[in-house]
Amino acid sequence: MAVVFEKPKALIDVSTHYCPGCTHGIIHRLVAEVIDELGIIDKTIGVAPVGCSVLAYNYFACDMFEAAHGRAPACATGIKRTNPDKVVFTYQGDGDLAAIGAAEIVHAAARGEKITTIFVNNCIYGMTGGQMAPTTLPGQRTETSPYGRNVETEGYPIRVSEMLSTLDGAYYVERVSVDTVPNVIKAKKAIKKAFENQLAGKGFSIVEVLSICPTNWGLSPIESMQWLKDNMIPYYPLGVKKDKSIGEVV
Amino acid sequence: MGEKVLMKGNEAIGEAAIRANCAGFFGYPITPQTEVSAYMAKKMPKIGRIFLQAESEVAAINMVYGAAGTGVRCMTSSSSPGISLKAEGISYIAGAELPCVIIDIVRGGPGLGSIQPAQSDYHQVTKGLGHGDYNMPVFAPASIQEMVDLITDAFDIADEYRSPVMVMGDGMMGQMMEPVEFKERPAKVLPEKTWAANGLNGRKEHNVINSLYLEAELLEQHNIHLQKKFKAMKENEVRYELYNCDDECDLIFVAYGTTSRICKSVIGLAAKEGIKLGMVRPITVWPFPTEAFEKTIGKTKNGYLAVEMSCGQMVDDVRAAVLGRKPVEFYGRSGGMIPEPQDILDKVKELVGGAK
Amino acid sequence: MPRATFREEICKGCGHCVVACPVHIISFADRLNAKGYKPATVTEDKMNDCIGCGSCYRMCPDCVITVEK
Repeated sequence: MAVVFEKPKALIDVSTHYCPGCTHGIIHRLVAEVIDELGIIDKTIGVAPVGCSVLAYNYFACDMFEAAHGRAPACATGIKRTNPDKVVFTYQGDGDLAAIGAAEIVHAAARGEKITTIFVNNCIYGMTGGQMAPTTLPGQRTETSPYGRNVETEGYPIRVSEMLSTLDGAYYVERVSVDTVPNVIKAKKAIKKAFENQLAGKGFSIVEVLSICPTNWGLSPIESMQWLKDNMIPYYPLGVKKDKSIGEVV
Repeated sequence: MGEKVLMKGNEAIGEAAIRANCAGFFGYPITPQTEVSAYMAKKMPKIGRIFLQAESEVAAINMVYGAAGTGVRCMTSSSSPGISLKAEGISYIAGAELPCVIIDIVRGGPGLGSIQPAQSDYHQVTKGLGHGDYNMPVFAPASIQEMVDLITDAFDIADEYRSPVMVMGDGMMGQMMEPVEFKERPAKVLPEKTWAANGLNGRKEHNVINSLYLEAELLEQHNIHLQKKFKAMKENEVRYELYNCDDECDLIFVAYGTTSRICKSVIGLAAKEGIKLGMVRPITVWPFPTEAFEKTIGKTKNGYLAVEMSCGQMVDDVRAAVLGRKPVEFYGRSGGMIPEPQDILDKVKELVGGAK
Repeated sequence: MPRATFREEICKGCGHCVVACPVHIISFADRLNAKGYKPATVTEDKMNDCIGCGSCYRMCPDCVITVEK
């Protein structure tokens, strides 16, 4: 008998602070598995956001940065431009990437920065207790949209992957989900591709991962996965939005 | 090098950084310092170094945070409104103890203000600029040669203390042209950057560049550690010039940067009218040269006159240094207006009781 | 004989593995772990049915499970 699945080495063996069932845990593990499989831990540098995953620097075993809110793509740009041989990734939530960090992610993508971004979209601000995010769905109740998001006064959610895919500098943009085993497998493939692109000197790659927030949605972890499937996937369709490698002459 | 070249201040800033082995420059256009970016855009790629025009001053300071965290020498440059934008980033840089150089070419404020020279960033930069308990050394050159020399020192001091260091000029410093000599100097022996998060490379423990300490006890320990650093800076990095203060003066100016040059010419004018004036010229505005006042307090009949291109910011530090022992007065122009020598002299006469 | 081993002390009782397991052999134990959760577990009799697919591992946010085949 051989071990076929065990905790990746790129994750420090500590218990995380994430809520029970929080999909950050799955996504962290997928990133760590990819780092292990590609054998890049010695040259990987990750940038953690402000949000629930602010403590990601305690969980990933590679060198890590904690960036200011929204600034991870700029921080990553500074790291990668002056250290082009390193593998640099940002890991960001919906407030970090789509609200305060909207300019930074757009310009990192537009410049085609050779970095990898993992964007965790759970339609809410988790860490601060469940406020409306740029990705909160119309009608969705949050602490700052207590009557349900009203598009008249609160506007519409942002489909980040579709938006970034319009930029010529974006090399690879895919939206995935981690609500079921088949989706987790597809999510890992996408994350691996996003890192492999960087190793091949290509940029900018982003994987948007639809995720749950049981605590702030007021649902159990299992119910949350169902809510994701019923409500988020229809609004945020899964799939590749851009892939410059298709038809590329190597 | 040994030879003098005529250079515009903003370009000399870029050249000084290049010679100090600045590996990454991240900037954004803003008058009156845009030429720094333009110079670096031309020169850096030619020597295999990094130049990037960021999408904002906020992004630029965060690129500096990233590059500095990997142990690389880097710099950003801006002017007052852009420096305000960098406040958050500088606080993070200080909290994470990262070395870097920040150039501020000051223009009139508040808000969008004017594009003419001013010295109204004094308060924000000498208080560190962002939130939290910290300071950073701030150099205030009065000539392009001095600016070039101080930028070279700034990179070393930044590495030595693991701190952001600012070099602050006013708009005139950036725009004027003066002869400059780029002196060769032996590289300083500096501590190895074992803290840098530049990839494990076989290292067992990962390095984390961070300023978050969720436990109050740990953050207090961190602050105590930072304060020790600032104490050492206050003990070792103060710079100032005493001009014409050897004998007793009727009044002593306190001025820095371009204003100090104007005051020097007033000293000459006043002498013709029998008024003896001296000057304390801070070269570091943080740490503030308190000892300069100990050295001169007994040499001034009518105390000190702080002259600034602001509504009075450095004068607060002068008052704190003088501690009420002698009068401290203020003369200034704001909004980008340059103080006129005759107006300064009139103020002097008001304070010393007319021409002698 | 495939086997899924649970580090029950780090389990947060979320239940994703229970739902994911295609042969329905995972259940919550009848005790509280040190974290205060009822940990997921596979009783020895049910372990015979484990097919070593790794679905439980894939859905676990806390890397509680090691799968051998």
